[in-house]
Amino acid sequence: MFESVLVANRGEIARRVIRTVQRMGLKAIAVYSEVDADLPFVKEADEAILLGGAAPSESYLDIAKVIEAAEQSGAEAIHPGYGFLSENATFAKAVGDAGLVWIGPSPEAIVAMGDKVAARNLVGDAGVPIAPGTREPVADVEAAVIAAKEVGYPLMVKAAGGGGGIGMSIAHDEEQLRTAFATAQNSAQRFFANPSILLERYVESARHVEVQILGLADGRVVALGERDCSVQRRHQKVAEETPCPVLTPDLRARMITAAVRAGESVGYVGAGTVEFLLDPASLASGGEFYFLEMNARLQVEHPITELVTGVDLVEQQLLAAAGEPPSFDPGALTMTGHAIELRVYAEDPKRFFPSPGPITTWVEPAGPGIRVDAGYHEGNRVTQFYDPLLAKLCVHGADRAAALERAREAVAAFQIEGLKSNLPFFAELLGDPEFVSGVYDTGLVTRMRAPKA
Amino acid sequence: MADEVRAEMVANVWKIVVTEGQQVEDGDTLVILESMKMEIPVIAESSGSVSVKVAEGDVVQDGDLIAVIE
Repeated sequence: MFESVLVANRGEIARRVIRTVQRMGLKAIAVYSEVDADLPFVKEADEAILLGGAAPSESYLDIAKVIEAAEQSGAEAIHPGYGFLSENATFAKAVGDAGLVWIGPSPEAIVAMGDKVAARNLVGDAGVPIAPGTREPVADVEAAVIAAKEVGYPLMVKAAGGGGGIGMSIAHDEEQLRTAFATAQNSAQRFFANPSILLERYVESARHVEVQILGLADGRVVALGERDCSVQRRHQKVAEETPCPVLTPDLRARMITAAVRAGESVGYVGAGTVEFLLDPASLASGGEFYFLEMNARLQVEHPITELVTGVDLVEQQLLAAAGEPPSFDPGALTMTGHAIELRVYAEDPKRFFPSPGPITTWVEPAGPGIRVDAGYHEGNRVTQFYDPLLAKLCVHGADRAAALERAREAVAAFQIEGLKSNLPFFAELLGDPEFVSGVYDTGLVTRMRAPKA
Repeated sequence: MADEVRAEMVANVWKIVVTEGQQVEDGDTLVILESMKMEIPVIAESSGSVSVKVAEGDVVQDGDLIAVIE
């Protein structure tokens, strides 16, 4: 086992990884940008190294600086968290080339899953259900219009190299497709330096359900249940729960089989997530689902899986990277109760617009069944340079009703002042009849915000 | 009457969409800001000749003047 880990990330996920690294008796090394110097993850690490300026390109995305920090601090392994360089195959390879242990899947697996068109084709060939869509990236808008006739409307227009909901839009007809194509290509070029566009049949009112997989050092791929991530705004998740309230045991088993197969198709090592779209209209006849994408990293919402399984996923990532067996018996995995994660963002709770600023009051809820993974504390300033995630408020209860009740109490007890947060939105969500019923889909937040007739 | 368009949050000025003195209509996009990985279009709420008070790459604070429409 390596003895020190550099965490190439910031905020709540850096802090969360550092916690497990230290619990395992290893040395945790943080890297940070100028504006993050006062954040908890920098203070809590055993050593912290300044990378550079606030812009991600000058700090968290600068491969050479991160590798240099590892060499300077004597780190033996690098954990990339999520976002930033976590799914950057060039970085993964550079880490290996520098003689360091990369805590994640191989650069080849990252490449295979990083291109959405290639990933679709690969898992489709491995027998995983995929939605109708293009097998090759579409070169220009005219090619897209022709391809659309074959795939059929409505369509999802996606950046092939994209993620996090950026560069995605829906087209119901040719006119909308032309607009959506231009938008997607612009974002694709700007955020992902990859202008390739993919068209995929859009499932109206779908649920977004994903499976947590873990590739073990001995080559086996195992699953740790699912998460429902259908509460979204701007195609980005805001709340997740496990188990998915509408899955039957048969449907869950089929999804898990498909997810494991997707992982095996690329020789996956470490923690990964296979995302599916589930068509609620098909539930009465057993349930149809389609592969959406695979995230070759630790997922933001991994804590709810940890709450119901009792497994520390970061620990398993470290063990797999070190070539050691997991600390739990995958054959005897049990799921207990129900867990919900609420992503507390610095944004206004009505329009969901960013709201950077100072945190003048920060009081976290605490108690049995409550876990808060926070990136900030009182006195910190939240800047405009990074994503708006302040904290992940996670609750665990004996069943869904108990988890909902615990979540309501925790939201009410969470005090954040100085900037706008979406906590009032969560108070609404947890009282919304559709969400409370468990029968909802990715259109839920839009419906909650639609003008009342 | 001059109409002032102000920033609603701390953001980086990503793109200036209009040119100095251009005639804009209510609802036109003037400037695109970027904050927390989100692009935020700044929209004209009146019609007239526009004067932009920021440059690409600037950082604006909540309440800062972005443009004036006359």
